[in-house]
Formats: sequence, C-alpha cells, structure tokens
Amino acid sequence: MKYMNLSIEELHKLLKKGEVTSKDLIKESLELSHEVQEKYNAFVTILDDAKETEVTDNLLSGIPFGVKDNYSTKGVLSTGSSNTLKNYVPFFDATGYEKLKNVGAVMVNKTVMDEFGMGGTGTTGHTGTVRNPWDRTRMCAGSSSGSACAVAAGVYPYATGSDTGDSIRKPAAYCGIVGYKPTYGMISRYGLFAFASSLDHLGVLTRNVKDAAIVVDNMKGIDEKDMTSWDSSNIHLADSLDGNIKGKKLCYIKEICNLENYKNPSEELTKHLNNFKDKIDLIRKSGVQVDEVSVDNTLLKAIASTYVIISCAEATSNMSNLTGLSFGPRGKGSNFKEMVKDYRTKGFSTLIKRRFVIGSYVLQRENQERYFKNAQRVRRLLVDEWKKIFREYDAVILPVGTGPAKKLQTDSLDILTEGTEALEEHLQVGNFGGFPSITIPDGFIDGLPVGLNITGNCKTDANVLNIAYGIESLMNYKNQIAKEEK
Amino acid sequence: MSKYYPTIGLEMHCEGSETKSKVFSPAKNEYSAIPNENVVAIDMGFPGILPVVNKEAVRMSIMMSSILHCRIPEYMYFERKNYYYPDLPKGYQITQNPPEECVGNGGYIDIERDDGTTFRVDIDNLHLEEDAARSTHFLNTTTINYNRAGAPLFELVTKPCLHSANDAVLFLEYMRSIYQYCGISEADAKKGQIRCDVNISISDDENTLGTKVEMKNVNSFYAVRDAINFEIQRQCDLKDAGRYDEVVQETRRWDEESVSTITMRSKEDALDYKYFVEPNIPKFKISPEWVKEIQASIPELPYERKEKYINKFGLTPLNAKKLIKTKEISDYFEECIKLGIDPKEAGNWINENIIAYMNKNELEITEIYLTPKMLKFILDNFNSGKISSKQAKEIFNKVLDEKKEPSNFISKENAQISDANELGKIIDDIINSNPTQVEQYRNGKDRVFDFFVGQVMKSTRGKANPVITKELLQKKLNK
Repeated sequence: MKYMNLSIEELHKLLKKGEVTSKDLIKESLELSHEVQEKYNAFVTILDDAKETEVTDNLLSGIPFGVKDNYSTKGVLSTGSSNTLKNYVPFFDATGYEKLKNVGAVMVNKTVMDEFGMGGTGTTGHTGTVRNPWDRTRMCAGSSSGSACAVAAGVYPYATGSDTGDSIRKPAAYCGIVGYKPTYGMISRYGLFAFASSLDHLGVLTRNVKDAAIVVDNMKGIDEKDMTSWDSSNIHLADSLDGNIKGKKLCYIKEICNLENYKNPSEELTKHLNNFKDKIDLIRKSGVQVDEVSVDNTLLKAIASTYVIISCAEATSNMSNLTGLSFGPRGKGSNFKEMVKDYRTKGFSTLIKRRFVIGSYVLQRENQERYFKNAQRVRRLLVDEWKKIFREYDAVILPVGTGPAKKLQTDSLDILTEGTEALEEHLQVGNFGGFPSITIPDGFIDGLPVGLNITGNCKTDANVLNIAYGIESLMNYKNQIAKEEK
Repeated sequence: MSKYYPTIGLEMHCEGSETKSKVFSPAKNEYSAIPNENVVAIDMGFPGILPVVNKEAVRMSIMMSSILHCRIPEYMYFERKNYYYPDLPKGYQITQNPPEECVGNGGYIDIERDDGTTFRVDIDNLHLEEDAARSTHFLNTTTINYNRAGAPLFELVTKPCLHSANDAVLFLEYMRSIYQYCGISEADAKKGQIRCDVNISISDDENTLGTKVEMKNVNSFYAVRDAINFEIQRQCDLKDAGRYDEVVQETRRWDEESVSTITMRSKEDALDYKYFVEPNIPKFKISPEWVKEIQASIPELPYERKEKYINKFGLTPLNAKKLIKTKEISDYFEECIKLGIDPKEAGNWINENIIAYMNKNELEITEIYLTPKMLKFILDNFNSGKISSKQAKEIFNKVLDEKKEPSNFISKENAQISDANELGKIIDDIINSNPTQVEQYRNGKDRVFDFFVGQVMKSTRGKANPVITKELLQKKLNK
C-alpha cells in the first residue's frame, strides 16, 4: 500500500493505531522523492537522514512533508533555487517551517522553485526545469513548482509554498491539486526569502481542502519577528469546515469568464471556460447563489503591469542583500563594486536580471511617479473593487489560467489567445489585497487537470476554505494523484 | 572673506546609544571593543530577515522632535534608501523620507552665544533611521564590524540658516548636550556617535543663495569649524579671482590630514536612492496621549539648568555656562548642591580645579576618583577651619592622584590649628620673645605685623589657621 497517497487525517489515524510508523512513512516518502526527482526534477535537496518523530495528538506529527527552497531551514541547504545561494546553509528557521517542525512534522526534502520565486514556469531554478507529473513535456507553472509536482505525484500529503502573484495557486491548478494562501500576515514571513514583501505570502499545497486547513492551522499565528503578522488564535480553519455552503453568495467576473469576450478562443480555452461554467451550474444546484458581476475591463487589463511594477521594484531592493560579501560564493574583483558585479552577473538568471532592471527603472526618481506610484494607485483601485464585491459576496470564483499546463517548449506561447491577460493574471489581485485565496481542481482537459479559484475578503479564511471544501465535495477531483498517460 | 555672506546648513547624525536593542533588531545596542559581538541575522541582512521597530527609539525621536518644536506626524512609517555599499548589509537603509513624513518636520531651536546674544536655527526635519556597519580600511583589505549596523540613528537637518562656523559649532554643541541630557545618546564623537554633513554657499548679500557645496563625514566639532572656515575661504578666493563658476554643486570630503576639502562626486553623479515605503513596517499611529506623556518626561534641559544656576544659585553666567557644558558635569554639580555644598563654592571648585584636572588628564568627570561626597568632606573641613585652603587644594590633588578617600589625608598631624587657646599660647610666647618688634609695631610700623604672622606660621609649620592667627595677633598686640 502506498501511504503517501493518503490524506493527513488518514495517515494520522494509522499512526495512532500503530498500523504504520513515522519511520515507515519517511522511508516511503524518501523513496518516492528519489523516484520523482529522477522523473520530474522536483527537489534541490532530499534529506535522506530525515528522522522520525513521536506521534502525538497533533495531526501532522510523524508525517513527512516538503519545504519550498526559499524557506530558511536551519542547518539545511536553502538556495531559493539560485546560484547566488547555491551553498547557503542558514542558521535560523523560517517561522512557518519552525512551527511545523515543533509539532513533529518531518521535512524530507526542499523543493525546486523559480529562482527566488520570480517566474511562473518552474524553468528558472538553478537545478533545472521541473516537469509536470501529468505530462512531463509540460510545465508545473511556478514558482512553487517542485512543491506542486511532489504533492501531485504523491510524495507526501503536503508541501509548503510561497505566493507573490500566483505562485501557489497556479501550479496547484496545473498539477491538479489544492493550493491555498491565507490572508496576508496570517503566517509569519520571517525566514521566507523576500521577493516582494508587500505581496509575499506563505501557504501550502495539498490534495484536499481539509489538509490545507490543517497545515495552515499549524503554520499561522502572530510572530514578534514579523510586524505584519496578526493574531489569528480565534480562527480554527479545519474545525470550521462543515461543508454547509447552502445560501453562500459567490460571483464571477463576466469580463474574465465569458467566452464571447475572447476573439478566436483556442480549443483549450473554450473547453476550460465551458468546464468552469458547468461547475458553476453544479455549485448553483447545491444551493449556492452564484452571480455574474462586471468589472471595468481597463482595470482588469492593468493587473499584470501593476504586478510587474510593484513586484520588480520591491524585488530589486529586497535582493540587494545578495552581494556575495557575507554569504554566498564571493565574486572576483579588486574592489567591492567589481566583486558584487561578478557575483550577481554569474549568480542570477537572465529572467531575474531583467526584472531587476525593470524594478530599478520604475523606482528611479524621474520614473517613480509615472510607474511605481501609479501602480500603487491602480493596486488600490483593484483592491477597492474586490472589496466592493466582498461587501455583497462571500467570495469571487474564477477559473485559473487559460487552460491546463502549458508545454515547456516556448512556441506554445504563440497560440495564446488574444486578450487573456486578465484571465492569466487575476490571481495577483489576491496578493494586492492580501486576500485569502484557494485553488482547487475542477476538471480535466485532454487528460490534464485544470483548476478554479475562490478568493474572499481578508481574514475570512475559514469561510473561504469552507466554501472550497463544499465545492470540492461536489466534484471528483479530491485526493487525485498524478499519472502520466503516455 | 567678510565681503561675502556665507550660508551654512547642517546634517547632524547622532547615534542613539542608550536604547537596549537596535532600532529594527533585537541585537544589543552597545558600544563594544570586540567586533561583531552584538549582531543577529537581521543586522547582517541574511535572507528572510524582517525589521521590527524599537518603540524606545521611536519614543526618543518624538522627544527630540518636541524639543525642536517640530510637527509630529499623526502616523509614522519608514522608507528604504537603496544603495550598494560594503557597510550596508541589506543594500538599503531603513530611514524616513520625505521631510514632511518624518518624526519631526519644521521646527526651530534658539541658541545662546557667549556674549549673551541668541540666534535661531530653523529645523528642516528630524528623522529616525538605522546606522550602517563600520568598515575599516587597510592597505589591501577592508574589515566590516556589524556591531553598529542597525543602531538607532537620529538625523537632524537644519535649513540653510547659519552664517558662521562659530554659530554652527555652538548649535552642534548644544544639540549634543540635549541628546545627553535626555538620555538618548552618549553623543561621544570619539566613538563615532556624532557625525556631520555640512552644506556651504557664499553670496553677495543675505537675500540670495550661492552654489551649495556639501561636505560629508565631518566627524568632530573641531573639524566642522575648520571645514566650514576652509570651504568659505576656498569659495571666497575663487569668487575674488573671478572664478566663481568653478564652485559647483558637489559633494566634497573633509580631509583632516591635509586640512582641506576634496571633491567626492559632482551633482550629476549624485546617487538616486530610489526611496520607497518599507513594506515590512506597517504605518503606525502616534497617539496624542503618548506624545503628551513623552513631552512631560523631557528632563531639565541645559539652558533651563543654566537659568537656574544664575537666578537661583547666584552663579555668574560664565560659571553657569561652564557647568552645563556636559550633562555629566552638570549632574556632578547638582549632586554637590544636593549634598549641601554652597552652590558658588561647588561651582568654583568644579570649574577651576576639577575641570583643570580633567583636561590635564584627559578624563571625563565620570571617570575621576573624587566624588561629590568626597568634595563635600574636604570643603566641610575647610569651612570649619580644620584645614587651610592650601591644604584643601593639596588633599583634593592627593585624593585624585592616589585614589584614596580624603579622610586619609586629614590627620592630627597636618590638621590646621584653629584652637584659639592653643594659638594664643604660641602667640604669647612669640610676643614675649620679640620685644623689639612689639615696640616697633606699637610705634606705628604696621608692616611688622606680617613678621609676627610669619613667626606663628614658622613655629606651627604652617598649620596655624591664618584667619584666627591674625585676629589673635591684632588683639594681643593692640593691648
């Protein structure tokens, strides 16, 4: 029997009954890690010496899990999938990881990501491309690529992720699993390698909503090391899941979801949006009110550029600590400037450098008003727009992306349907507002999973998860394990 | 140079040495001789670190803002100043910007000159920020000490409103003492806790401003004076020579060795710091109640003490001014008063003897062995006539040099003879054995009186109380 395909609760029961030991689970998870590494290249580090822990009443005790490589893990290589930190072994734990460790969860690997979380393809990590476990010629999306791949492939029930634009929720959709980022500040960011601090969230990838709730219950909490964290001790996510969603009010944005808005839609897009509408019908039938709302298209089209400007600006500043001086492989040169230049030139991938240039440009004195300040204004407008929706609705429900996982070959970009920016990038609004946001699988297109997303107002995580939990139970994609047809 | 009108603006950085921890990290904020002793991950900018604001440092900044009559914002937040430098581990400094968003905006302070006149210094802003690490350059290598990285730093920016090096230094000295009086900083330039940037321009009259030249890292008040005077002279010389176009807006470095300023970078090369809001520190409200509470806790400031010394204790303005020069000296003085020493007497002893001793031995008043209590002991003995003023001075020196309690130096052997009976007997003997001189005195030769005093001193080996001796001699000789 393959234990790692089970849910957290199922594993906990078995552990409690003594039908399996923590050691057995770790052994199996490590074997699977090597297998998945071979096939899909999901890990930076596999911790072959991971030790079993005592099984307590905590649901996570004794159970293996994966950690995204931008989490600072004491004594364990943490690279952020970047050459700039390829040998960096931190001396402190990220709070989010430390909390899991403290309840007896067992980290068995560190997962590959797009370099420092920048990128949505899983192709920019310093250890190479992560492949989709449903079809290895396709990407997992990113940046939590390795975490999504491993959870989908059944290496363990969950892996941690981080989400600055859609880095948990997009790969979750591409890999047919659940990806949840809670409200901004619910999980401390201390020890997460900063990408764009005002947008960065920690979160989790699982195969069902309840597991996501259980994991975040254990990661969240106010942290004196993070001033943006807040006290959520009165929120009990897993306990709030009753699946009773009758009478809930959801809405979708017609400019994003209606096929007639797209000129010459691709076959994939057509199937994806039709599937979404089918699922909306299903949800309505269960007693949930789902309305169609309209949002100004100009505003929706501005999402992507707003995100690029703000995230690149913050990133260029956040990553200025990477000089190779006090950590990282020191660059060559006869003075500080030369050493830093050498280190950064060699260490960063082209994509990241491009983003740094954008970030620097938009922050320059003469450009700041036009780009950075305007982006912040648009961010505010978008957040206000979503908040307005939340005054009337429990959550917004939208399809994730334009279809299933894309081919790794870049020529697939050519067949992108015109005007799909908002569909591709609307998840970023969840980061602009710090909204709780969860992606769950909602079907298959040509044998490949697709997902839908539910996003609610800040601090309504319990409600959002419960809606996702209810909707999940209407469909048959819960706990699915990736399998390649070919 | 007098035909031009110089205008000076100052940026004064003062390290807040008196908080327990650093301004955005829990590392100990303490001057240490051991490099990298007081460092946590945050101070070195390791991946994943986040800043947490030190409330105590904010309190201090609000106190300073209040003293400078600045506007305190309703909400406070921080910005990032981005630039690469070896001593800046994160690649950005957390600071405040623009001026109107700083903890102190606008404002003024009045400064007194030695001649009793005053002048007003207009404040542009006061902001709270973090200090950089300290780099030390050797021939082929540079070392970085992160002890200072993240220490609270208060930066005070004046308007271009000063017009002489003297006024500039008076202002800086007064600000330094305020930092000390308020328990915010030791403000010790030797420890690098005070650093200044100086902006200077010259013009034909007071209604226009010339080209501004900035001088960075002027790290002592002596250097500020020299640098200002040098730079004014340099600019005046160029203007006199018809080459004022060579005075360009630039940043120059004050070089102590060559006693001159050297070009660092021109305006064109000025860094764009790409300021933006520090996203990890949410905007926080400064409640009016808190501000009131802080304002109520502002201690007596140097000028207030000076007023008190003059008006209540009757000291001369000069003596009062000397006593408030540092908080430590002033505190020493106040302790003396508390112990019951006459203020004038305490003031004189401190200003004449103690400060001379401090200067000679390059010591701070807190480092000398003699405590106010010991001073009182010496002065009590003097005032009761047990010791002479000469002896008091001798004992004072012995206490300081030998680091021993003054009681060790006051014994029967060296005690002054103030007992009238004992002195009377000695005087009687001298009068009896010197009839010729007695005759001369009584015939009106007053000068002989000194002969008798000398004889008494001689026979007591100088221990006779001179006042009592004179009194008794007069009485007995005039009989």
